[in-house]
Amino acid sequence: MSVLVGRDTRLLVQGMGKHGTFHALGCRDYGTKVVGGVTPGKGGTTVEGFPLFDSVEEAVRKTGANTTVVFVPPAGAADAIMEAADSGIALVVCITEGIPTLDMVKVAAFLAGKRTRLIGPNCPGIISPGEQCKVGIMPGHIHMGGPVGVVSRSGTLTYEAVAQLTALGIGQSTCIGIGGDPIVGTNHTDALRLFNEDPATEAIVMIGEIGGSAEEDAAAYVKAQVRKPVVGFIAGQTAPPGRRMGHAGAIIAGGKGTAAEKMRALEAAGIRVVKSPADIGAAVSEVRQRK
Amino acid sequence: MKIHEYQGKAVLAQYGVPVPRGKVAYTVDEAVEAAKGLGLPVVVKAQIHAGGRGKAGGVKVARSIEECEALAKKMLGMRLKTHQTGPEGRMVRRLLIEQGLDLEGAREMYLAILVDRAAGRPVFMASASGGVEIEEVAARDPRAIHREYVEPAVGFQPFQARKLAFALALPGGLVSKAVALMTSLYRAFEGADASLVEINPFLMTRAGELIALDAKVNFDDNALFRHGELVELRDFDEEEPLEVEASKYSLNYIKLEGGSVGCMVNGAGLAMATMDIIKLAGGSPANFLDVGGGASADQIKNAFRILLADPDVRAVLINIFGGILRCDVLAEGVIAAVRALQVKVPVVVRMKGNNEEKGRSMLRESGLNFDTADTMTEAAEKVVRAAVGAAR
Repeated sequence: MSVLVGRDTRLLVQGMGKHGTFHALGCRDYGTKVVGGVTPGKGGTTVEGFPLFDSVEEAVRKTGANTTVVFVPPAGAADAIMEAADSGIALVVCITEGIPTLDMVKVAAFLAGKRTRLIGPNCPGIISPGEQCKVGIMPGHIHMGGPVGVVSRSGTLTYEAVAQLTALGIGQSTCIGIGGDPIVGTNHTDALRLFNEDPATEAIVMIGEIGGSAEEDAAAYVKAQVRKPVVGFIAGQTAPPGRRMGHAGAIIAGGKGTAAEKMRALEAAGIRVVKSPADIGAAVSEVRQRK
Repeated sequence: MKIHEYQGKAVLAQYGVPVPRGKVAYTVDEAVEAAKGLGLPVVVKAQIHAGGRGKAGGVKVARSIEECEALAKKMLGMRLKTHQTGPEGRMVRRLLIEQGLDLEGAREMYLAILVDRAAGRPVFMASASGGVEIEEVAARDPRAIHREYVEPAVGFQPFQARKLAFALALPGGLVSKAVALMTSLYRAFEGADASLVEINPFLMTRAGELIALDAKVNFDDNALFRHGELVELRDFDEEEPLEVEASKYSLNYIKLEGGSVGCMVNGAGLAMATMDIIKLAGGSPANFLDVGGGASADQIKNAFRILLADPDVRAVLINIFGGILRCDVLAEGVIAAVRALQVKVPVVVRMKGNNEEKGRSMLRESGLNFDTADTMTEAAEKVVRAAVGAAR
């Protein structure tokens, strides 16, 4: 009852520095099968009980890892993602914030035609609470297993929405943080497609923000394909044009990518749009009853 | 990161893009010297990080040295108001003195390169309608903008440049010159990790010369770590002082116009959502301060200092979702900061996550001017009430 990660996930951690190790432990404590880490030059040693490997290829061969989470700093992160994809691993989740856009252009081209899916970068990761599998930096304890899929560009705002759901006794199948950068591996439409095809997901929450047109594209997909109820929120209704609102991707440029535009597109696709971020949980509860 | 026109042209020239000869001037004397060196006529161009300078009187032709001197005197130190600067305008501290080109019978076109996020690759755009805002062209006739997407593995190819050159209806004899210029422009875009390179107008003179008459070059902030030489081009005078101050402590601060609520939040998405909910509660945010994921006691203190330095702030809302961060640690930081800085304005705290009960009772028992809230809605309503009350 989840998408992309779950009971069968065997997780590798790329970049076992202080930050990476801290979160590797967090994932393991939550219940994720963390099978090892990759730190070039440290192969053969262990840290906190995790075996380390020199390369992703070696780690995959020796551990049967099928998922990797990247904590490698920005200058080496694109390389780490491509190394992972080259090993044939199914899923790469990149947490790293601050990767140059032109590096991500190369990564996107490198991934085209390969079987590897990328989530992120600059994202909190992905979690399937019903299967005790967390791949990322989100606080596990606010989640609970259940039928709602959550997809979002943001970190803490997603936690906010998840906490609202959990407080109302509504669990989550999988929560995907797709990241706040201009170029991401998995976009809103990809995530909606996964949830739409997952029999355990009964309703979907989509949290977008200003900038780009990914939310509009997702709305078109919902209109054409999705029969499950969808609740949407767009952050940045009050953001002024031309200012980068924290996320590299959150900028209203050339009059495009405003919240109003996106909310209209979502509503036109039959998505229940909430104006207030405090109403996400209640709206999910409502659309599920209406069904 | 934004830079000035003269800096952008210097970067482009390094890659072989033809630009007019010119020199930067910080003083009237330097402007006069530059004009003497370049020969008349010259164009005196105010250097600020905003578009629309021409219409606002920030670009003028000088036909004599005296005229150049008079223009430099007038422009240096003036506040230039364009549609991009806001009503307060922007102080002119630098001028570009540039050779005056013969615009008689010249064609003004448009070139730009940026990353198309949906396509995940750079796009090279060209339009025969230059000299105006490209958004206007796009709105009026989207087909007037020609696009070539760049294959990252091989880069921008000559055939693509030819397609654009023919789409601009350049005379056949100029196509190879245009291909060279566009290829150089793409190399500059890639080499400098630019987020935008825009030539508007891209000029074809009557004599058949192709030249970048204006240049807007923005860099990808995430890539500056590998461009030490470009970081030097940053002009702090063009930035909000508090934003500069915040960036020193890895805080992200954005000043907003017309509001009265200072917002301290962790995470960009939550920060935007908090601004939205303040607006829904009938108030208006004065700023946006993202303390990031960590939010140590020291960062909270710096964040408070910066928030309170904004004279518009009548009340502060702290909305923190402590994922890994413990709320009691956060409360400790907030209490210490409020004590140390002798904060007078009302502060509404809403925190979620680990140990939130403990954190909240610490705030209540501190004897300081805190109000706490459980939900975002409650927090927004309380802070808006407090801001209105304080304004009276």
